[in-house]
Amino acid sequence: MPITETRLVTKRLRDRPDDSWTADGAIASGAYEVLRKALAMTPEDIQDEQLKASGLRGRGGAGFPTATKWSFLAKDSFPRYLVVNADEGEPSTFKDHMLIERDPHQLIEGIAIASYAVKCNLAFIYIRGEFALGYDRLAAAVDDARSRGFLGPNILGSGFDLDIIVHRGAGAYICGEETALLESLEGQRGMPRIRPPFPAVAGLYAKPTVVNNVETLSALPHIIAMGGEEYGKLGVNKSTGTRIFSLSGLVNRPGNYEVELGVTFRQLIDDLGGGVRNGGKVKFLIPGGASSQWLTGSDEHLDCPLDMDAVGQFGVMLGSGAIMVYDDTVDPVLVAWRLARFFAHESCGKCTPCREGTGWIEKVLYRMSHGLGRPDDLDLLLDVGDNISPGLNAPFSQTTICPLGPSAVSAVVSLNKYFRDEILARVQPAAAEVSA
Amino acid sequence: MSAELVTLTIDGKEITAPKGVMLIQAAQDAGIFIPRFCWHERMKAVGMCRMCLVEIDGVRGLPPACTTPVADGMVVHLQKDNVQKAQDGVLEFLLINHPLDCPVCDRGGECPLQDQTLAFGPGESRFVEEKRHFVKPIEISPNVLLDRERCIQCARCTRFADEIAGDPLITFVDRGDRMEVNTFPEDPFISYFSGNVVQICPVGALTAKPYRFRARPWDLQTSETTCQGCSVGCRGAVQSSSNRLVRLLGVDLDPVNQGWLCDKGRFGFEYVHAPERIREPLVRVDADMVEQSWPLALEAASEGIRKAIDLHGPGAVAVIGGAHGSNEDAYVWARFAKGVLRTDNVDAQLGDGLPPEVVNGLPEAAISDCDTAAAIVLLAPDLKEELPVLYLRVRRAATDLGVPLIDLSSREHGLTKHATATLRTIPGQQAAAAEKLLAGITSGKSSDPQVRAAIDAMSGRDGEIVVILGRPSMAESQDHTVAAAAALAASPRTRFLSALRRSNVRGALDLGLSPGTLPGRVTLEAGRAWFDEAWGGTPETAGLDTAGILQAAKAGKIHALVLLGADPLADFPDRKLAREGLDAISFVVAVDAFANESNRRADVFLPVTLWGEKSGSTTNIEGRIQRLGRRVAPEGTAMDDWRIAVELAFRFGVDLDLETVDEVTDEIARLAPAHRGVTSRLLVAARDGVVVPVAEHRDALVFTNAVTASEFGWDPIRPGTVEDESFVGAQLTNVVEASGTGAAGVIPSGGQPSGEVPSSEEIEAFTAVDDSAAPAVPLPELMVWDRSVTSAPAPPPDGYALRLVAGRKLYDAGRVTMSSPALANLAPSDVLLVNPADRDRIGVADGGNVRVISARGATVLAVRGDEHTPAGTAFMLFDQPGEGAADVIDINQSVMDLRLESLS
Repeated sequence: MPITETRLVTKRLRDRPDDSWTADGAIASGAYEVLRKALAMTPEDIQDEQLKASGLRGRGGAGFPTATKWSFLAKDSFPRYLVVNADEGEPSTFKDHMLIERDPHQLIEGIAIASYAVKCNLAFIYIRGEFALGYDRLAAAVDDARSRGFLGPNILGSGFDLDIIVHRGAGAYICGEETALLESLEGQRGMPRIRPPFPAVAGLYAKPTVVNNVETLSALPHIIAMGGEEYGKLGVNKSTGTRIFSLSGLVNRPGNYEVELGVTFRQLIDDLGGGVRNGGKVKFLIPGGASSQWLTGSDEHLDCPLDMDAVGQFGVMLGSGAIMVYDDTVDPVLVAWRLARFFAHESCGKCTPCREGTGWIEKVLYRMSHGLGRPDDLDLLLDVGDNISPGLNAPFSQTTICPLGPSAVSAVVSLNKYFRDEILARVQPAAAEVSA
Repeated sequence: MSAELVTLTIDGKEITAPKGVMLIQAAQDAGIFIPRFCWHERMKAVGMCRMCLVEIDGVRGLPPACTTPVADGMVVHLQKDNVQKAQDGVLEFLLINHPLDCPVCDRGGECPLQDQTLAFGPGESRFVEEKRHFVKPIEISPNVLLDRERCIQCARCTRFADEIAGDPLITFVDRGDRMEVNTFPEDPFISYFSGNVVQICPVGALTAKPYRFRARPWDLQTSETTCQGCSVGCRGAVQSSSNRLVRLLGVDLDPVNQGWLCDKGRFGFEYVHAPERIREPLVRVDADMVEQSWPLALEAASEGIRKAIDLHGPGAVAVIGGAHGSNEDAYVWARFAKGVLRTDNVDAQLGDGLPPEVVNGLPEAAISDCDTAAAIVLLAPDLKEELPVLYLRVRRAATDLGVPLIDLSSREHGLTKHATATLRTIPGQQAAAAEKLLAGITSGKSSDPQVRAAIDAMSGRDGEIVVILGRPSMAESQDHTVAAAAALAASPRTRFLSALRRSNVRGALDLGLSPGTLPGRVTLEAGRAWFDEAWGGTPETAGLDTAGILQAAKAGKIHALVLLGADPLADFPDRKLAREGLDAISFVVAVDAFANESNRRADVFLPVTLWGEKSGSTTNIEGRIQRLGRRVAPEGTAMDDWRIAVELAFRFGVDLDLETVDEVTDEIARLAPAHRGVTSRLLVAARDGVVVPVAEHRDALVFTNAVTASEFGWDPIRPGTVEDESFVGAQLTNVVEASGTGAAGVIPSGGQPSGEVPSSEEIEAFTAVDDSAAPAVPLPELMVWDRSVTSAPAPPPDGYALRLVAGRKLYDAGRVTMSSPALANLAPSDVLLVNPADRDRIGVADGGNVRVISARGATVLAVRGDEHTPAGTAFMLFDQPGEGAADVIDINQSVMDLRLESLS
């Protein structure tokens, strides 16, 4: 039986396509009712009873348990800040884009609940600069929420104060990395910080800071509404709840699909995405955004459940929830080069292995994908990759400051793992010609 | 540091280090070199280059040693295969886009990238793609060029500019492997400290114009020395090639300069070889100065002086200057003038300083006390302009170390933005502000919000109040500054750091080149008996300071004058008096290296050696005596100042019996009470120099240990590690196999600490002096200032006048600036600044000419509105080319009020 979507965070925007982003539309469909309920709880209740029981894990990419993250905040140190990472820049990821544009009040409600729970009175939304409509709608939503008493002093008579500052990024992928985001938010060049100290101890303006993803916070009202325990029953194993997957590539119906975690890649691609175009077969797919290693169209891979831990057996991650699907009309080397070009372009330049390594990988993959490959290139790429991400394992180990550098290596590892013979066969004749 | 020690092991070697220091530092202190490019001891770690990755048991991955604090029981591996592969990898990455143009690179031969590639790198590149290209080089400042292709993006230069210098004018631009260092558009890297980025650059990306293509490092000869660009006394290593000075590098003397130099100090050596320098003695024959042999020139000089004494007595002879020489020069000239000629009309300051009893008679602070002071009080000129490296220290104390800064200056300056409290006063009224401040600090109460801000910032801060004491303006009497100092000195917590500017002004004051004093910080009266016996005589009466000398000359009472490296027409605040006084003197001897306006009237010109050509010692603002390095042979037949005094004394029938500079040093160590024990032997051994009186500063003595290994010039160079002729060129030979276990065992020996604390017996031995011929009277007491004040506060100016504040810029009309090509064009052009409101009141536009009228005289200058100049005051630059403050200042007025008339 085909699967269907399980809509929580996408419910309002699907149900009210014409006005889901407006205050009236959102309030008419229940926005801020949960906030009222949350403000009647204690912050400890929300953190310990609801969030912990829900098993919610971050939807930005790393999948770290949100309740644990909050618990790292330096005790009794104020002010502290909540920063919303709305700098969705992972290639082929477009879920936060939709949530911001089409349900900003759900996000604001989530921010308010989270801020109340972590006892912060000022939250920042760092929104990707390219989200023009999203910024307009979000900024308007914040103003509306403020004028209707959902933000500002003494929210809903609870005595809790909160304001939100919306800040636009300037087009750097690296600013989605939380410490680079904080640097950028402070007005510095966006480059990752050395950790420790971690943001929970010294983050924005050196104050304790929790950084959460848009989808994570958007899930919060639903956790409070249905109860953490109930939410925790959704999903599978330690991957609880629902997630939005951004399905793209050569499928018949690309788009955002919110499903209960635990469905399989095949179900997602076939039942919701309508299968591969032109009746083709999956040759390979990139789960988790551009940073993840790849999977193939094998049954073993396609039948793997979307479980953040189970996918690890194949060296991949669910990451930001993007899934790119390719059939056998696509040259994997060309895909790898295109991804490498992205990482070389977006490397912030701070640390040597990423700054130089991503550019090197890009140059070699360009040659390989344009008919100028050499027999040694693949092994060279693997060793260069090993100098960025020693061991070439997932999860990464890294010689770099942040995971951007190792992310650029994932494609190389996958090329070698699944297409080594194909690539070597392609370069051999060329090499023979050269030597002749 | 009250350091809790932890124990860790690195490659099986157990070391201890203070808790919290970074692993790379702890390893270095233990003699273990972890390769690095971006890490610099004096700046915050950024962890960018990834060269220092290590493996630590129980820690995932390979953390960088520069951002990993040591912890007890930590087990670190540098020589495991994975660590060495990471090192190989990082070096390969660094080289793929590096142009490898080493043959034409200034850094070639002393390049950390070369050296560490040899020691830790893969040796071969697998990179066959096109390298990154940039236009090369680009000029980012008047003296610094940037080759972006060579840059390895370590952020040392950008961090220095931002964190240390406070001039964040260079930054990273673009991303990834296209990332480059650059300036902001239309905004060059104009910084007084730009040369430091060249020294700390780990590759040849940043080069300095004065040094580019001048030498190969292995041809350089090096001497450790002390910068004489101003009186901070920064440690340096001066280098020469083919008997020409080519470069000065900063040496990291923790108590003084921490490795930094200002650009005037760094590039100012060029004047030594200036073509306009006078290289042979000259004697006036009618209207012309004619080259003459030394014996005849000395004879002519002594004859003229003798005639003046014979006809008018010793008081008819005066000596002005001496603050630019060595301690030895100052001492022998003091002995010649006071002991042989018997005149006390001797002054190393030119009416722009402070009385010697104030400088020497107040409780003293050290430069390093700024780091820990309860507060720093600025009663001084703009430190950024006059004592730039002291500015860096105070800036760091305020920005990084949380020391409150209290500003009593008359106008905004380089440190104003870091000040906790600002008590802005017009000239003539600092004493009242000082009294108010001290009363507030003492009582903890004040109605003045700025004083309250100071009190709040100081609460809970024990320790000393460090007053940086200089002349905030040339246009007010020193009495006002003295009165303010007296007010601040009322607290037992107050310590003073003198902010006088000329290179060895402190040594000159210490060693008797001021009226009413004798060498070793004693007054003429207190020291008379001792020096009568030691020298065979002293002046009968106290003499005149420079102002007094010039006034006496004008009155026809001075008949012979020695200008000891002095130019009163440029440096004396009252140019009219200087001209009238000099014009009235019939016989002038110039002891100098350059002609100037004042010594053009000399009858005899005796050419002297300059910095780099002479050895000896010098004293900085805090009384620290350090050695000068002699790196090149003198130009022409120039002679050391002190030797000229010996020769002249001989012609007055007195054999001073001083043959070598060490003999002079040792005579000072025997006879000058404050300098007792500061022997030439002690000065050689003392790594950080010697603060006098040595008996009070014994604990701070550190001896240079036997290791005089060279150091990477881009890493902090430690004092005592530079040995003549074996410095940078010896680098590669210092890359030695330490334990024979692979590349990571290579340890440049510069990682070794370079000093050890001497035992009390050693100190005794090194400070021992031969007292067999000591005078049979008790050693004179050192001078103490009784805090007597002679001046009353000056009333504010009337509503039509602006009170004049006169100050200097780093680059001025002085010889070092004007005869050093790197600096010659950097002197500013604005000379008259007023508050924009005052400018508008006068009715003139920026750049418009105004007639400046004072009680002394009038001049015409272009005016500019400047918000840093408080309303009611006018700021004029002192000692710039052309007309300036000296034309309107009357030295006898306690303050100067100006009227400005629009000429447009």
